Amino acid sequence: MKLDAKIPSGPLEQKWTRHIAESRLVAPNNKRKYRVLVVGTGLAGASAAASLSELGYQVTALCFHDTARRAHSIAAQGGINAAKNYQNDGDSVWRLFYDTIKGGDFRAREANVHRLAEVSTRIIDQCVAQGVPFAREYGGLLANRSFGGAQVSRTFYARGQTGQQLLLGAYSALMKQVGAGAVRLLANTEMLDLVVVDGRAQGIVTRDLNTGKIERLAADAVVLATGGYGNVFNLSTYARGSNATAIWRAHRRGAGFANPCFTQIHPTCIPVSGDYQSKLTLMSESLRNDGRCWVPARAGDKRRPREIPEAERDYYLERMYPAFGNLAPRDIASRAAKRVCDEGRGVGESGLGVYLDFSDSINRLGLDAIKERYGNLFDIYHEITAENAYETPMRIFPAVHYTMGGLWVDYNLMATIPGLFVLGEANFSDHGANRLGASALMQGLADGYFVLPNTIGNYLATLKPGACPAPDGPEFLAVEAGVTAKLKRLLEVKGQRTITDFHKRLGRVLWEHCGMARNRRGLEEAIKLIPALRQEFWEDVRVPGDAGNLNQSLERAGRVADFLELAELMCRDALAREESCGCHFREEYEEEGECKRRDAEFAHAAVWEWQGEEQAPTRHTEPLAYESVKMTTRSYK
Amino acid sequence: MKVRLKVWRQPGPNAAGGFETYDTPELNPNMSFLEMLDVVNDELTRRGNAPIAFAHDCREGICGTCGLTVNGRPHGPGQGTATCQLYMRNFEDGATITIEPFRARPFPVLQDLIVDRAAFDRIMQKGGFVSVRTGAPQDANALPVAKPAAELAMDAAQCIGCGACVAACKNASAMLFVSAKVSHLGLLPQGQPERYRRVAAMVRAMDGEGFGNCTVTGSCEAVCPKNINLAFIARLNRDYAVALLKGE
Ligand SMILES: Cc1cc2nc3c(=O)[nH]c(=O)nc-3n(C[C@H](O)[C@H](O)[C@H](O)COP(=O)(O)OP(=O)(O)OC[C@H]3O[C@@H](n4cnc5c(N)ncnc54)[C@H](O)[C@@H]3O)c2cc1C
Ligand code: FES
Repeated sequence: MKLDAKIPSGPLEQKWTRHIAESRLVAPNNKRKYRVLVVGTGLAGASAAASLSELGYQVTALCFHDTARRAHSIAAQGGINAAKNYQNDGDSVWRLFYDTIKGGDFRAREANVHRLAEVSTRIIDQCVAQGVPFAREYGGLLANRSFGGAQVSRTFYARGQTGQQLLLGAYSALMKQVGAGAVRLLANTEMLDLVVVDGRAQGIVTRDLNTGKIERLAADAVVLATGGYGNVFNLSTYARGSNATAIWRAHRRGAGFANPCFTQIHPTCIPVSGDYQSKLTLMSESLRNDGRCWVPARAGDKRRPREIPEAERDYYLERMYPAFGNLAPRDIASRAAKRVCDEGRGVGESGLGVYLDFSDSINRLGLDAIKERYGNLFDIYHEITAENAYETPMRIFPAVHYTMGGLWVDYNLMATIPGLFVLGEANFSDHGANRLGASALMQGLADGYFVLPNTIGNYLATLKPGACPAPDGPEFLAVEAGVTAKLKRLLEVKGQRTITDFHKRLGRVLWEHCGMARNRRGLEEAIKLIPALRQEFWEDVRVPGDAGNLNQSLERAGRVADFLELAELMCRDALAREESCGCHFREEYEEEGECKRRDAEFAHAAVWEWQGEEQAPTRHTEPLAYESVKMTTRSYK
Repeated sequence: MKVRLKVWRQPGPNAAGGFETYDTPELNPNMSFLEMLDVVNDELTRRGNAPIAFAHDCREGICGTCGLTVNGRPHGPGQGTATCQLYMRNFEDGATITIEPFRARPFPVLQDLIVDRAAFDRIMQKGGFVSVRTGAPQDANALPVAKPAAELAMDAAQCIGCGACVAACKNASAMLFVSAKVSHLGLLPQGQPERYRRVAAMVRAMDGEGFGNCTVTGSCEAVCPKNINLAFIARLNRDYAVALLKGE
């Protein structure tokens, strides 16, 4: 597998500008002769589909949701970063770049991250022009808040519904293009495989989720913007439908999968309450602006929170990380919570929880100010737990939230299969081993509005315009036959156990062995358990109904089947990375409880190549060179 | 706790439907309503029966996918919440609960409790946007927006497009949905150039989809999971009247 990142030469600050200037262009009258398939209509997909079609390309966009507006991006709460420096607090493109590289624990590509910081400011301009109702100050200008891992206020937000408003902005741009007849939009349509012809991605095979109809679609380029794969853990903050199928099946067709074990565990989620639980709910990181995390100083202290005097509380983040306090980055805050719970100081019935306390802020700023900032989050908390967080502290615990890993892409966002582009959370590009809050929305929109429209031409210009063949060659037919056979096989197992049962068991194995802390023994154990579970799945799963109509069980079964393969790769990746960095905490490599990176051996992205079913995959590496920043030990103390 | 469910079952869009009764296994009152349905579905699957099809995704009240009529009320007994934000503790032990799809002519049933709400997208395609291209708009702060206007626009923009308003309305009117979008953009300076064209186009599309007229019963506002205010309908009517005068 050849891994050429195609990073432009020249000084860091000039790479992107130069790259645009030197990129190949497609003439306006030729653009409409190229067909582009965009799979996914979240922030990344909707923005890409709209922007590419504005340029003149023939775009078909699809999503498994019933409408483009329901992509999981809709659920993002807290905000989006941009280096606007409207607050005059010392922010700059360089600082956003540096915070992101450092936050990612020096496991992301310098050139990509700098580009992200550069285009961040234009994203805000674009969104405001679309009518995104960001929060404003009384003077009418945009308001900002702070997020973890930064000492400046650069996060733009729309109450606790920033993702919703940004997605509705991108969706409206997409609707405008659909209405104008410039984009063909297929909702309720799931991509089930990628078609590679002559080594190039040339189409996909889909299933209409309402009718069961299988279809072949051909294109000059295929764009995957299908989101993250955190639902491999079963319990996570993702929407229930989020899945890995598109990227996993592309991986099986030859696309390298980078850093699959890099999973973000978010520190502030509502703790698990029972076995029936179907999802975990995030309490936005923005709460850590005004909330203080604490646990009782003494293990086993079961008094109610208000009965525990100040002196007997441990504000552990403020104690351990005085410089950042409650705004320490996510990986660090999550591990700290795990540590105090492991010490027996966790709160709530299960002992798997810590307090997030707003009483000081309420005293300082008044109840109304807190209500205005976080009212909807307090309401959500109340609905779920029936507790009033204005009066008693919230209970929170870490939960799976985001995947930094994903398909490997070069600087043009092209995967190892030519013609396949990967955007948003589905790729691995910009967050290294840990993503900072409010940076995923930024990356998704950067990729879709500004990066891909400028880089896709480099590939398309190498193809003859209008030469995209009809989707009925032997490769298309073979892929379609494979898709149909897999659906049939799932239905024919007719075993005893439900899909939920397998998904839950898989999630428990991963959480235990490939979660917040990992070690060799556990990972080796998981690498035995997962294939056994997979085998059991194919022998004993029960998928009711048939393939010729709407069948939610069949949809889920296919996704869980993919998770059962991906989970093993995650464990292999975690095992092979014999260091700790960012979210990846290997117990063997630590110093006073903090990550111990091994830069000499592991300053690289690990890229896995599929070798066939029940075959060990091959690990390749893309070395990461830091030319403009010095790799330091990440300290938030 | 345990409850008895009376659930609308309909195998396909053209098949006849009817109610089936199911007794749930033992439930935890802290379960969400949809988790209760998960448990029932697992039980049905194990016994070899078809699970109940229902739409859901985010399960936190923001994506607008879920939408069940529970005991005759879209999204059930909660105030300002979607179906996924209902918890079993809102029901009595031993209660009988009726679950139906969102019923409205423009929302045909696809299977069991799932309806097709694509009509909303088609309305949006006719004008639910500001016609700007991706490119280089001016600096975001070059366009100040008074805080009250921004807040009011956000109140409207919160609509999750679930369709409860339509299901609650005896006329199957989509006025609350359309007024939310029209108001969101109409309240902001960015939305002014197309303000009247937008309202006229969206109202025409809404009528074309077969949604009924608004007779101001307020039932839409009462079930809206985002508490979208009826006043936005008044705003829509005003803008629509101006649009007609302007010949849009
Ligand atoms: C609760 C929550 C809160 C968050 N808050 C923030 C925040 O405040 N700030 C921040 O920066 N980030 C936040 N994030 C992260 C951020 O929301 C996501 O990383 C980002 O929105 C992902 O966008 P996307 O476009 O890559 O994918 P998604 O929005 O997940 O979209 C995926 C799209 O792909 C489609 N799709 C997937 N598979 C297929 C298939 N096989 N066939 C067809 N279509 C397919 C789906 O239908 C969907 O349209 C949050 C995440 C969560 C879970
Ligand atoms: S499932 Fe998303 S709003 Fe209910």
